[in-house]
Order: sequence, then structure tokens, then C-alpha cells
Amino acid sequence: MAGAARLSLDKLTRRFRDKLAVDALSLEIASGELVALMGASGSGKTTTLRMVAGYEPPDSGRVWLEGKDITARAPRVRGFGMVFQHYALFPHMTVGQNVAFGLEARGVSKAERSARAATALANVDLDGASPRAIQSLSGGEQQRVALARALVIEPPVLLLDEPLSNLDPNLRRSTRNELRATLRRLGLTALFVTHDQEDAFAVADRVALMENGRLLQVGAPEELHDNPVSRSVAEFIGRATFVPGDYDGKSVTVHVAGTATTLAARAPSTLGPERNVLAVLRPDALAFVKNGSGWPGVVTDRRFAGTQLVYRVRVDSETEVELQSTDRDVREGDKVSVRVVREPVSVVAT
Amino acid sequence: MKVKADQRVSWALATPVLALLLWSVVYPNVTIIAGSFAHGLGYWRDFANSPSDREALWTTLVVSVGSVIGAAAVGLPLAFVLSRVDFRGRRFLQAVATLPAALPPLVGVIAFLFLYGESGVVTRAVQRALHLSEPPWRLTGIWAIIFVHAYTMYVYVFLFVSAGLERLDGTLDEAAAGLGASTAFRLRKVTLPLVTPALAGSMLLVFMSALGSFSAPYIFGGGLRVLSTQIVASKLNGAMGMAYVETTVLAITAIAALLLLRWFERRRSYAVTGKGSNTRISLRGPMARLAPFLAASLVFVLVLPHAMIVLVAFARDGAWTTQVLPPEYTLDNFKRLATDPQLWLPVRNSISMAALATALNIVVCFVAAYLLVRRRFAGRGLLQLLVVLPWAIPATAIAIGLASTFDRSAPAQLRVLLVGTFWILPLAYFVRGIPLVTSAVESSLRQMDPSLEDAARGLGASWLLAMRRVVIPAARPGLAAGATLAAITAVGEFVASIVLYTHANRPISMEILAQLRNLSFGTAAAYSVLLILIVLLITVAARLLGGRPERVETIPTA
Repeated sequence: MAGAARLSLDKLTRRFRDKLAVDALSLEIASGELVALMGASGSGKTTTLRMVAGYEPPDSGRVWLEGKDITARAPRVRGFGMVFQHYALFPHMTVGQNVAFGLEARGVSKAERSARAATALANVDLDGASPRAIQSLSGGEQQRVALARALVIEPPVLLLDEPLSNLDPNLRRSTRNELRATLRRLGLTALFVTHDQEDAFAVADRVALMENGRLLQVGAPEELHDNPVSRSVAEFIGRATFVPGDYDGKSVTVHVAGTATTLAARAPSTLGPERNVLAVLRPDALAFVKNGSGWPGVVTDRRFAGTQLVYRVRVDSETEVELQSTDRDVREGDKVSVRVVREPVSVVAT
Repeated sequence: MKVKADQRVSWALATPVLALLLWSVVYPNVTIIAGSFAHGLGYWRDFANSPSDREALWTTLVVSVGSVIGAAAVGLPLAFVLSRVDFRGRRFLQAVATLPAALPPLVGVIAFLFLYGESGVVTRAVQRALHLSEPPWRLTGIWAIIFVHAYTMYVYVFLFVSAGLERLDGTLDEAAAGLGASTAFRLRKVTLPLVTPALAGSMLLVFMSALGSFSAPYIFGGGLRVLSTQIVASKLNGAMGMAYVETTVLAITAIAALLLLRWFERRRSYAVTGKGSNTRISLRGPMARLAPFLAASLVFVLVLPHAMIVLVAFARDGAWTTQVLPPEYTLDNFKRLATDPQLWLPVRNSISMAALATALNIVVCFVAAYLLVRRRFAGRGLLQLLVVLPWAIPATAIAIGLASTFDRSAPAQLRVLLVGTFWILPLAYFVRGIPLVTSAVESSLRQMDPSLEDAARGLGASWLLAMRRVVIPAARPGLAAGATLAAITAVGEFVASIVLYTHANRPISMEILAQLRNLSFGTAAAYSVLLILIVLLITVAARLLGGRPERVETIPTA
């Protein structure tokens, strides 16, 4: 297989009864890369991760690690330390025993075990936690112990299953920054599963978006946001209003509020000039204009979102756009004017 | 105001329940303990100096420990294989493996007699096959008792450990595998330590059951003395003081075991989370072909006693002498039961006494469980103790207590003459049923969202309406499950019955014993089949009335 890839998933397929959980999924992960598998629940992301770890046998397809086919290897031979969603810490062992478990299984001497476990714990900012009971840890601490336990065996690829989903929002923000910092500092290659786009964007170099067992798009977070290949991707990533229009290969003409507006456009390579496309209007690409040159509309909803406000504006009988603004003075029911202020906009097939 | 009214309701409910339990559970035990000190330390000194009592105590402990080892040796591997190895028929086998628990104790013992006794089918088959002039073994003495106990009591170990394994978070095993641990290493370091509390709990349960066991030592003991049989013997000999001491010793040992069990149960709660699959080993190659065969032979061994009882029930009494299998078959045994009023009487007795006891259990134990789960009041701790006490105290001890407390009418001492009347056995059955029904209802009520009752009251429902429409429906699965257990135990009850029965109210178990003594094996087996049918009928009826069976755990999913 390809030389640069550390981990390679080649047409992995898994069927549960009648449902195709993972459908011919291929993905390459380079050495030192952090990749997020993102998707709604039931999209097949956890099944994919479990096939990589060896817990779930694929019906077809292969898993390659550094050019070797490891599809038939048992989980314990693959030795990807996995961080589980609920951490799966052994409740009858101390923190130190948990972290040292993988070394004990490999027959590492007791002295070396405890030294390496201590280093691993220090790596996740839990120096001295070794003798503590698992039950005495907070959620965030448990997450870090799970990470240390996986790191200590120096896995070729670290796998993480929803590592942040069990934390409350504040802790979650700080933990995901720590997680990225730790993985970066140690130069690890990691594949992690999440349903949360903020987690994915904050931690991953590349995001692989899944739906119904298939990969919709793989790319850097900005790429997914700015150049969605399909309506599904555009819907899943960020917020958007979809407006029908005609695409001529360079620009898109949309008919909104009784007028035809032509906007510079960017389309996925699969989409040629076509009459019926959807223009993706992101809330941050729209703004109120004072001089009445934009689309006239009525504010139907106003929501405070911290530094900005999110407004919904009805611009014609079929279209309601969402826009972000720092302008606090606009109220529900106000008559306003809206225009696209950032081009190009992306277009996707209907 | 509301708080006071609530307290009044608590007390209005608690007072009669506490009074009834103090009178029926505590009073008889106090009588026993007081009786053991009637001559100061005299009876205790006699006990300590009596070689036969010292032997009985020692044998009881040896039998109990042996039963624990035997039950664990059978139950533990069986639980592991049936929950961890995947093969066709696994679920069916899991159900079959609990069969021995469905046999009323005396019936199980008789089945063993027919199978492995001196003239049992297996014994004779082996003797014939090997051309021996003597039976290859005698089913008597300490080994026989332990053998029978291991066969019937491994079910506790099997059920506890299986439940522990099923409850085990599958991701723990996966995590260990992902960290490089081999199957054996995972078993030793992760799985076994996590099921140890369940295993220890079940072993103590076996210990307690073996401690109070009466049927097996009584039938197979030969000349062997254990405490439970010794108590009955002392009573028959009129040595009541001695019986009191023996009973106290037995009860104290049992209560000590119970306290140990409670301690283990408190340690048994590792939180269960995660959606990992339970990793079952799939068999490949020759093992895959061997497994169903081994499984089938296991089923055969487990079903054999049931099959044997049915077979003998159709055997003509007196015709089965030296053959391996009974030579002549007939329906006469059942016909006689149905037509001879004297033979039918025990069936009627058992059903009516069990029904009476269970009905009282349902009412009293529901109130007790409701008080324990939903109410805070002084005396709650006492109530909690009173409802488990009859579970810890061996049936023989309960029976001796009732026999020596209600043997005369003395209204000033709250004594009523019940011995020799119909009422003494239903009372004994009721006492034995208290822990079974109360704990089942308690677990149902604990699953009920506590705010439901408050919500009903908040919507304007009276206490009675909230009870009728919210609390009782929530308790129904527990009531059905508990009442089933109580009714099954009562209808085949033997241990307390042998102390308390009279000829007029003799239950089925006593009649089975009488028929055995007559060597009317066919009739005894016919009664046993009838008993098994009644047990089945009760189980099915309770399923239909109580809806879904108990689900004890509620696992929050993230």
C-alpha cells in the first residue's frame, strides 16, 4: 500500500443483519496526523473504529499498518491502545495499576512498569495520582487516565472513541485543547470518533465526515466548511441557508426577493455548469445593509449568542435566511435589507 | 401539617405489621433462646459435653464447606462456558442449567435415590455393566449429602456468576485486549476479580442453604448426624432443652453467614457503563463440533432426575425389584391419587395451606416493602431486620420456635394454641415466605420513580387512590415474582412440616415420605410429579397475572 500512510483502511465493509453499517470505506492516515471520524449516531463511525482496533471483523476490505496487512490480527496483537467513550477503566485497580496494565500484559518488570506509568501520568498532568482509586477521580481525570493507559504502550496509532462526550461543556473545551496539545507534543498518529463538530475541528488535522456507512468528504476543517461536496456535508458542518440557483461554471444566479442576484461561486469538481443547484449561504457571509441595496426582508427571530447575534430574516415567501451580526439594535418585526458580503459562495447539487 | 399526617399514615401501617412480625418471627426465637437457658447454663454444658452434638456441629460445618466447594466446582465453569463461549443452543442450555432449582427439595432428593441409590437405575446399570456382585457405591454418608447439595445448589453459583458476567462492562475486556493482554491474562486480571464478589456472595448462599438443609441429610445421612436432623431427633425424644440449644447454635451460625453475605453484597457494586459488546469466544474446528455434544450430555445429566421421577410415577408399585428399569408401567398411581380421598387429602392440604400463607404474605409483605422503600419512620431499621430474619434462620429452627411457642393457650403471654391444629403450618409457611415476597416487592418499588407517587398526590389524588393507581401497579411484577416463590416453597415444604404436621393436615411432602417408607415408590413419584405440575402451574399463572418478569437493573445509557 501507499508508502507514506501509517494506517490505511481499504474498502472496509461491515453488515449487521440487513443494514450496511460501513460501506466500502477507504481512508489513509499519514504518520503524525490527527484524523477525526465524524458523523451522526448510526453513521458507522464507531463500527469503523472497532474494525481498525480489531474488535469487529470486517465482512470485506483490509486494514494496513505501515504497509502490513493486519486485517486478521487479534486486537491484542495490533496493540492500538484505545480510549473508550466511557473510558473502560478497571474499577478494581488503582490509577497506577490501570496505566501499567498494558506493560504488565507484556511482561515488563515491576520497576520499569511503575516508572513508565508515572511518566505517562505526568504526560497528562496527573503526577502522583498513581495510588488513587478509580472511583475517586472526576470525569476529566478519568479521561486523562484512560489516555495515559493507552499512551504507555506506545501504540502505532492511538484510537479514541468519543473521548470527550462524557464531559460537561466547560471541561470539554479545556480537555480538548489539552488533548490536542498532548497528541501534538508526543507526535502521535491518532484516529478518533466524534459526533461533535467543535471537537473534531479543535483536535483534528483532517476530518472524515460519514453518513450511512459512507465517507461524504475528507479534508481539513476549513475545506469542509468552505467547499462542501454535497448538501449533506454543508448541512452537517456549520449552519447554512440553501437557496436554489443556476450555475454557469463560475458564478451562481439566485432568484431571491423577486430579483436575480449573481454571486461568485465555488463548486465541487464533480459539479459542472447546471441550471438547478443550491447556493450555500453561511450566516457569516450575510450582513444587514443600510442603504437598501440588498434583499428587503422582515426579521422573524433574534437570538443572542454571546459576541454576536443570530437573526432570521424572511426575504420572500419561500426563503428565510440566517445571518450573524454584531448589530444589537435590530428587533423582531423590523424591516431590513440583507446582502451577501463574502464571496465566493459554495454551490452543491440539489 | 402534611408531614404529621404522613407520619400518622406510616404508623398506622407500620404498627400492625411490626406487631405481627414480632409475634410470629421474634417471639418464637426468644422462646427458644430463653428455653436454652431454662436451667442456667445446664443445657449448654450438656451440648458441649455431648459427643453426638459435637459430631453434629462438626459434620454440619464440613457438609456446608464441602457443598460450597462442590457447588462452585460445578457452577463456576458452567457459568463461564455458557456466558463466554458462543455456540448453538447456548441460551437453551442456560435455561436448562437452572432446572435443579425447580425441584422441590424433597423431590430432588428422591430423584437421586431412584437414580443413584443402592437400587437406583444408574447404580444398577453400572453394576450390570461391570458384572459386580455388589452395588458400585452406596449413596449414603457425608459424600452423598455433598453430592446432592452440589447438584441442587450449584444453581446459585451459576446464576450469580452468570449475572455478574452479563453485567460486566464488555469494554473492560476489549480495553484489556487492546492493551495487549492475552485471553488467560484478561481472565485472571480483569474478569475473575470483577466477578469475585458475585462468586463469594453465591458461595455464602450455598453455605447457608447447606447449613440448614434437612432433606438430604435426613434421607441420605445414614447414621450421620447434622444439626438440623439432630434438632428434630432431640424434639422427638422429648429433650426440648437440648433441641433449644442446638437450634440456637444453628441459627447463630446462619446469621453470622448472613452478615458476611451482606458485607459482600455491599462491595459488589461496580458501576456498569459502556456499550461494548460482551465478547464471546466463537468456537472453531473440532471444538465447535465437540461443544454441542458436551452440552447435550450436560442437559441429559441435569434432566435425568426429572425424567426419573416421571418414569417411576408410571411404574407399577411392587413390580420393580432387581431390574435396571421398572418393568411394568401403568396409570394406576395417578388414578389412585385422584380417586382415593385419603390419598387426595395431602394435595388439598398443601394447596389450601400454601394459598392461605401466600395470601397473607402478599398483604403483609407489600405493606412492609412499601414502608421500607417509601417511608421514613422510627422503627424502619427494626422492620428491615425482621423481614430478613426468617431467611437467615433455618426452617428447622423456625419450626421448633413455633412448636414451642404456640403449644398452649395463654392470652396473657400472647400465646395461642396452634400446635395440632390446621393453622400452624400456614403460619410456618407464611414466616418462611416473608423475606421472599418482601425483597421482590422492594426491588420493584425501588425501580419506581419516587416522584410518581408525589406527582399523583400533587394532582389531587388521595393517598388511597395514589396507592391503587400508581404504587400497586408499580409493585405488581415484584408481587407476582415474590408470591410465586413463596407459593412454590410452601406447596412443597418439607423441613418445617416434618416438625409441625398432624395426620389431618399432612402436606404432600409428608405423604411422599410415608409412601417411600412403605416402599410405594410409584405413588411417591406420582405425588412428586403432581407437585412439579403444581409448581409449573403457579409459575405460569404468576407470569400471566404479573406481566413481565423482574428486570432488576436499570442501566442509564449515556
